[in-house]
Amino acid sequence: MKQFSAEQLNQVQAIIARYPEGKQKSALIPLLHLAQETFGGWLDTDTMDYIASLLTIKPIEVYEVASFYSMFHMKPVGKHVLEVCQTGPCMLNGSDEIIAYIKQKLGVEAGQTTADGLFTLKPVECLGACGYAPMMQLGKHYKEFLTKEKLDQIIEDLRIAATH
Amino acid sequence: MSVKVLLENAHIEGIRFYETYRKNGGYRSVEKALKMSPDEIVEEVKKSGLRGRGGAGFPTGMKWSFLAKPEGVPRHLVCNADESEPGTFKDRYLMEFLPHLLIEGLIVSSYALGSNTTYIYIRGEYAWITDILEQAITEAKANGWLGKNILGTGFDCEIYVQRGAGAYICGEETALIESLEGKRGNPRIKPPFPAIQGLWMRPTVVNNVETLAAVVPIINMGGDEYAKIGVGKSTGTKLLSVCGNVNKPGVYEIDMTISVEEFIYSDTYCGGIPNGKKLKACIPGGSSVPILPANLLLKTAKGETRMMNYESLADGGFATGSMMGSGGFIVLDETQCIVRHTMSLARFYNHESCGQCSPCREGTGWMYKILKNIEYGHGKMSDIDLLWDVQRKIEGNTICPLGDAAAWPVAAAIRHFRDEFEWHINNPVEAQTRNYGLAHYADPIHVPTV
Repeated sequence: MKQFSAEQLNQVQAIIARYPEGKQKSALIPLLHLAQETFGGWLDTDTMDYIASLLTIKPIEVYEVASFYSMFHMKPVGKHVLEVCQTGPCMLNGSDEIIAYIKQKLGVEAGQTTADGLFTLKPVECLGACGYAPMMQLGKHYKEFLTKEKLDQIIEDLRIAATH
Repeated sequence: MSVKVLLENAHIEGIRFYETYRKNGGYRSVEKALKMSPDEIVEEVKKSGLRGRGGAGFPTGMKWSFLAKPEGVPRHLVCNADESEPGTFKDRYLMEFLPHLLIEGLIVSSYALGSNTTYIYIRGEYAWITDILEQAITEAKANGWLGKNILGTGFDCEIYVQRGAGAYICGEETALIESLEGKRGNPRIKPPFPAIQGLWMRPTVVNNVETLAAVVPIINMGGDEYAKIGVGKSTGTKLLSVCGNVNKPGVYEIDMTISVEEFIYSDTYCGGIPNGKKLKACIPGGSSVPILPANLLLKTAKGETRMMNYESLADGGFATGSMMGSGGFIVLDETQCIVRHTMSLARFYNHESCGQCSPCREGTGWMYKILKNIEYGHGKMSDIDLLWDVQRKIEGNTICPLGDAAAWPVAAAIRHFRDEFEWHINNPVEAQTRNYGLAHYADPIHVPTV
């Protein structure tokens, strides 16, 4: 059974308090973000049912929302998701080559996770960093003006961090 | 040199934080506005000629005056920070470097509209900017600009930041409202418009980040003074985010009196095309607006110099013009392939279609598939007319403008670059190894002399 910590439950109450009484469903997307961060980087049925119970809404209302938004993962993902932008402006600045390089370096196709469970490659659509292309999202932050050398460094750093 | 009213203080170290922002004249507009009546503020915004900076360019004062005010029903202001139009990253810049400018604009606008609870709906990927905004809100509240009885006027206001979760469609105002209610981002059928029934069926105004930030200089200098900046109906300043093949990509504030040519080649702005390459094409206002070949971009079909403002960019309609849109300025040099670029945009719209309306749900997938065939050497000559037919059947046949936004880039690419599509189809093997190049797209345009 999934359960937020006491501190997180206070946070949940603070989020619900942003909306008028009876409109607690508005807290759904913020709570799904919190759940995904807390429970292993993706949303399984148990997690979604738990969120439904917190907001006193039907589970289906959670499933249909979670599956609509591209930031919510409906399947397990690696510890780090490399979300590489592939839309027009990034493409003009070489995002195709960046994605091909990651595929070759990590030995994965788009959407796949490395055998050690560390990395998932997820090509995504425009992230609003077009002037700093090519780029990717890594966790909460953007990595911009990507080059093969920069990627080597990022991946190396994350591998070292994982062994410590 | 262009006038700056939004970014004039952006270079000041520490301007992101309250103390520095306040020392540099921050929150003056709140002091001034709260001594005025809400209607007087709406009047100033009307006089300023400010047009929505999100893409549609609708007059903001007029939008505000449509807000219904039934007795006893709360009203809401919602700030649209879902910036997702490819090529657009100006709101991100504003929020990241001048968060208090947005908060200040939101307080004044909330007062003008009678919103005691205002929401900023920000795209989910801008996670670190959410923290910046929440920090700014906390600082503003600690200094008495938010909360109960602001400046002793009896006006109460709270601002909350809500993160989305990855959906371009939520930039459409009714989809944004649905999402803020905890639902899928499916646009609503209008009417009723949000001004009558919006968030939780209450009267709601949804405005873009840049629009709301512009309320600050409008109140400080007065609507009439603000309207003197710019030209004609393109009043004030506009933020442009520049990307693609330019020497200096980034965010620029212009007063809409400069030419497109100056904007691209001047060192004050884009600084020209890298590596001495030539300009092939440009999308001047975010990926949805028509792409123009170099010759039609720099001059209108009448042979006049094209200027960086709403009217001039739209001169010639879709036949030979484009749109100011969101200000996402995408530059393509001579080495870029129009077919591949159009395919990339078609994939984007296919991915982002919410799936409610069949013409958009099916049509965007169909266009992507045809473009993929042409790009990868499996195209037929009849595909070009098929593409044209599909985009025409999407445009105008959907609940929200995403259908139009998906159709226009494809239509404009065929309209102006048909020979490049034909070359791809006639030379499937060669097209895998090299691009079509500049061709005649930069040749002087023929102006009929009657």
